[in-house]
Amino acid sequence: MTRTISFILNNEPYTLDVDIRLSLLEVLREQGLTSVKQGCGVGECGACTVLIDNIPVDSCMYLALWADGKTIRTVEGESRAGEISPVQRAYIDAGAVQCGYCTPGFIMTSTAFVEKYQGQAVDRELIRREHAGNLCRCTGYETIICAVESCLQEQSS
Amino acid sequence: MFNIETYNKVQSVSEAVALLAENSQARVLAGGTDVLIRLREGDDSYSQLIDIHDLAELQQVQQLADGEISIGAGVTFSQLMDNRIIQESLPLVAQAAGTVGGPQVRNVATIGGNLCNGAISADSAAALYVLEAVLEIEGVNGVRDLPIGKFYLGPGQVALEHSEVLRAIRIPAVSYRDYGTHYYKYAMRNSMDIATIGCAAACKVKAGCFDTLKIAFTVAAPKPMRALSAEKFAVGQAVTPELINEIAVLVLQDLNPRDSWRASKEFRLHIIKTLARRVIMAAAGVAEA
Amino acid sequence: MAVGISTERKDALAKVSGRAKYTEDFAVKGMKHAVYVRSTIAHGRVVRINAEKAQALPGVRAVFTYADVPQIKFATAGHPYALDRAARDVEDRLLLTRDVRLEGDEVAVVVADSELIARRAARLVEVEYESYPPLVTPEAVLAAGARSIHPGGNIVGAHCYEVGGDVRQAEEEATTVLEARYSTAMVQHCHLENHIAYAYMEDDGNIIVVSSTQIPHIARRIISEALDFPLGNIKVIKPYLGGGFGAKQDVVVEPMVAFLTRKLNGAPVQINLTREETMSCTRTRHPFHGHIRGGIDDRGILQFLDLDVVSVTGAYASHGHAIALAGGAKTCAMYPRSVIRYNARTVYANMPSAGAMRAYGTPQVAFMVECLVEELARKAGIDPLEFRLRNVGRSGDINPLNKQVIINHGLKDCLDKGREVFQWDKKKAEYADRKSGTVRSGIGVACFSYASGTYPGNVEIAGCRLILNQDGSVHVHVGATEIGQGSDTAFAQMAAETTGVHYDQVKVISTQDTDYTPFDTGAYASRQTYVNGQAVYKASLEFRDKILSYAEEITGRVKEALTIAGDRIVYSAHPQTTVISLRDLAVDSYYHKDRGGQITSEVSYKTRTNVPVFGCTFVALDVDIELCKVTIREILNVHDSGKIINPLMAAGQVHGGMSMSIGAALYEELLVDEVSGHIYNNNLLDYKLPTMTDMPDLDCAFVELIEPTASYGQKALGEPPAISPAPAIRNAILDATGVAPTQLPMSPKSLFRLFRANGLL
Repeated sequence: MTRTISFILNNEPYTLDVDIRLSLLEVLREQGLTSVKQGCGVGECGACTVLIDNIPVDSCMYLALWADGKTIRTVEGESRAGEISPVQRAYIDAGAVQCGYCTPGFIMTSTAFVEKYQGQAVDRELIRREHAGNLCRCTGYETIICAVESCLQEQSS
Repeated sequence: MFNIETYNKVQSVSEAVALLAENSQARVLAGGTDVLIRLREGDDSYSQLIDIHDLAELQQVQQLADGEISIGAGVTFSQLMDNRIIQESLPLVAQAAGTVGGPQVRNVATIGGNLCNGAISADSAAALYVLEAVLEIEGVNGVRDLPIGKFYLGPGQVALEHSEVLRAIRIPAVSYRDYGTHYYKYAMRNSMDIATIGCAAACKVKAGCFDTLKIAFTVAAPKPMRALSAEKFAVGQAVTPELINEIAVLVLQDLNPRDSWRASKEFRLHIIKTLARRVIMAAAGVAEA
Repeated sequence: MAVGISTERKDALAKVSGRAKYTEDFAVKGMKHAVYVRSTIAHGRVVRINAEKAQALPGVRAVFTYADVPQIKFATAGHPYALDRAARDVEDRLLLTRDVRLEGDEVAVVVADSELIARRAARLVEVEYESYPPLVTPEAVLAAGARSIHPGGNIVGAHCYEVGGDVRQAEEEATTVLEARYSTAMVQHCHLENHIAYAYMEDDGNIIVVSSTQIPHIARRIISEALDFPLGNIKVIKPYLGGGFGAKQDVVVEPMVAFLTRKLNGAPVQINLTREETMSCTRTRHPFHGHIRGGIDDRGILQFLDLDVVSVTGAYASHGHAIALAGGAKTCAMYPRSVIRYNARTVYANMPSAGAMRAYGTPQVAFMVECLVEELARKAGIDPLEFRLRNVGRSGDINPLNKQVIINHGLKDCLDKGREVFQWDKKKAEYADRKSGTVRSGIGVACFSYASGTYPGNVEIAGCRLILNQDGSVHVHVGATEIGQGSDTAFAQMAAETTGVHYDQVKVISTQDTDYTPFDTGAYASRQTYVNGQAVYKASLEFRDKILSYAEEITGRVKEALTIAGDRIVYSAHPQTTVISLRDLAVDSYYHKDRGGQITSEVSYKTRTNVPVFGCTFVALDVDIELCKVTIREILNVHDSGKIINPLMAAGQVHGGMSMSIGAALYEELLVDEVSGHIYNNNLLDYKLPTMTDMPDLDCAFVELIEPTASYGQKALGEPPAISPAPAIRNAILDATGVAPTQLPMSPKSLFRLFRANGLL
């Protein structure tokens, strides 16, 4: 059973016939967007986080056909014309990248966070609360928090 | 890939009700954070789906002229947290919503789904109990109202007929106006966790005495539960740490937490007592302010 | 110069842009998916198995049971092959088993066109069991008459040593002797990428396996042993890897996918374990149960430590007794002036198999030692930091176990530095009056020692090849595996440092392919910068010499006067003057008709030294007695890991290790029912891996004592940060509450029991 859905993916329009049984994670990976990682399949790790209408969502627990009419962002779309985004740059500079498996999902959560709290005073507790759905086993989160902080500082300065 | 055998995306609640009435195997799918997990686990009893995801008529938060607040069953926890009406008039609901899972879960999980799956740990339940929420349920014969206290029947069981769909959660003005409230979710982690014990309290304080006290717990009995004996005892008494200590012991009379691998009964009883004290203290502080 | 600088990670751009490819990301047409049929009981034997319903499901291509696999028992531990038969790992596995030894044991496997079909089919395989009582606790396993989980009995290994003197004599000199029992929990690595591998054949004689493994070359050997298939006809490819922490220093799914592709006529077959399978059916950290005694004299000098530990390896040996062996051995260098007796046994049990996990037995042993040392200090009325400063080793001490002189014993330096950075004395005074009421505060310290590799227990062999490309850039091939720890970057820095070629022009090939990658045993034992660092150094020296020799051949300038500076050959004494660009030299070497050739160097080097590393943790925390919860206010790790190659990445290693130890201290345990052997929480909701809201700010510092045996002064760093936070946290809880926790994790449930038993609640 398939449905035809249309959505914007990383600034490009898509129209696809999707099997109704597929998760958005599976459809995105089929489209070659393999930054979307499966770490648990049940929304407990956040490795599959993508932005749907600029809101972080676990794509493993989201039916692909729900994407109809939505705007979806994955980390592949954050670099434009060879330029990586400020959040991606901040992750590198802060040393927030190790094995890299959680990184795309984390960057999408941070991207939504930085866009939402632009120009506002943000403490580490808020950063923590809004990134609590993404697990990382390599970094102890310290450098990820530093990366997010540096994005906000850059914006305010 | 989920083992979905039949799938119907509906355009209205009444359509969902009609389809449910036709198919005794059909289940309602909303945010997906529960149903899709069960499908992944191989539970084929969820393979016939009626999809109410994103249904506009379930996504309203409204404050009526008399102050009553109606929350659509399809409102997500993030929407609740960000909603001005909720922030201003039902801070308890916003507080409880903020304890659900993590941000991604809150962005899709709905308050209706949280109630309808019957989990005794539902993060919104304790708050809705002390707010004496009324559930608006649509069935083949129309819409009926049910007080939340009558909604839970036992673990995983709620008073919904097979063909019924929860439309909205309504909180009358008398339940929240002039109340001080507080919620605390006790869990093993600060996020992404199931409550070991959840505790919500709402109270009115007049001249230093409890005018009313409502206190409810999750995971403290086979269903979310108010501690009515303790509530009654509090009325008219001076708000003092000593009294609150007494209330905290009394709440145990109405509760019966279970022993499980997640936490022993003894531990849960201790946490219930501790939370009762701290949550009442905090709610009274808000009420007095 | 590139060593000692926080150069940008070589793989950072690939990873932040989402283009780095992991095993699951290689789309292969026609991939078949295999799913295990796992036992529903923890101990027993399959009586009957019926796969008819599964085979009838459309899309199912094959079902194999224990009756269909080679009857070759193999070992899975990612150790180098041992020439000495007695030193080899325990061969106790078959590809599929009729004898069930844990809940989730692999009795059959289903192959289908999709994972969904395979999982549904696996549920349709009917298995009838004869059940035996599961043996879960060490007492049950070691009880007289207990059923043998494996034919050889329930003890996998045992050893005992007494070094630095005689315990009985030391005990006589001691004025205070204390003893205690401690235990640590079964925790899991929780690498974000689950275990995954696929295999295919391009002809009937060769198998290609792509796997998320820390040990591609060893995996090749073990696949060969398990299938009795020629090693040279197996190729293992390791792409980017989403974390391992030791769980992928074991061969887990690789032999099965190799077996299946052979059975399916070379079709590609993948096993992609679920999170639940990864957590309980791959590897865990060995729980230790220990009894420890120690004594001090009236000057507060530690006279002896006497440990008796049982390490539980679970259903299969995996790394088996090597963990208990290493855990004890790596701890000896901490207090080398005391008598140490260490008696250890490793036992099987009907629970998840334990294998290698970051710091390999040392967190368990160090926890026990640092708990008891704390109590000895307190009993003697000596400040715990002062007590450690008085007793830890000094440079020049001899490690009583291996009789080696410890040239740099940086532990005192670490403690001194920590005292200053953490402001131990100030905090101690500040917290003195926060020892009553509901929320109490405390500070704690704990030390560790570790090693740099596995020598002389195992061979330490590393390989490095450098190639000068036609554009003057350099490719580095190493057998050492990048698993997220940053080894590729460190090797590029080393190669740049020694050759003189600019860091940006040095590329380390991150993918290992056993057909062409130089031999190296892989990522484990914190060995890579120390061991492979030697190979990179030697290969780089040779490479530089070849380039300069060729420069002399082309230009007629004496090579001794030349050096490489970035992308040019220059005069050492006048670096502004370019003798020839590296690019021109490279093009000449490739294409000149009468001279030159591709400039490469290749070194396979065996390191025959092993140096200890040291460090400590300082922590300040609050304990809410009523809530049974600990909040860490500050935590600092200080490390002596020799010269730090890349400060930013080194800090990242320290943070990661600290977070793992904090998890083990306060949150994590894989729970097994003692009666049924049922595993309760093999998922990321019920297993309490700390989220960002549970992790405090993490701080670290280094004392850089230059290690004379190493090419760049470096020593081990990857695993050590995961050792001392847990005992430091425990000691701070003791400081805050006056009550001494004896088991990990110190979760709310466990603290509740402790506080209640001690009258705090």
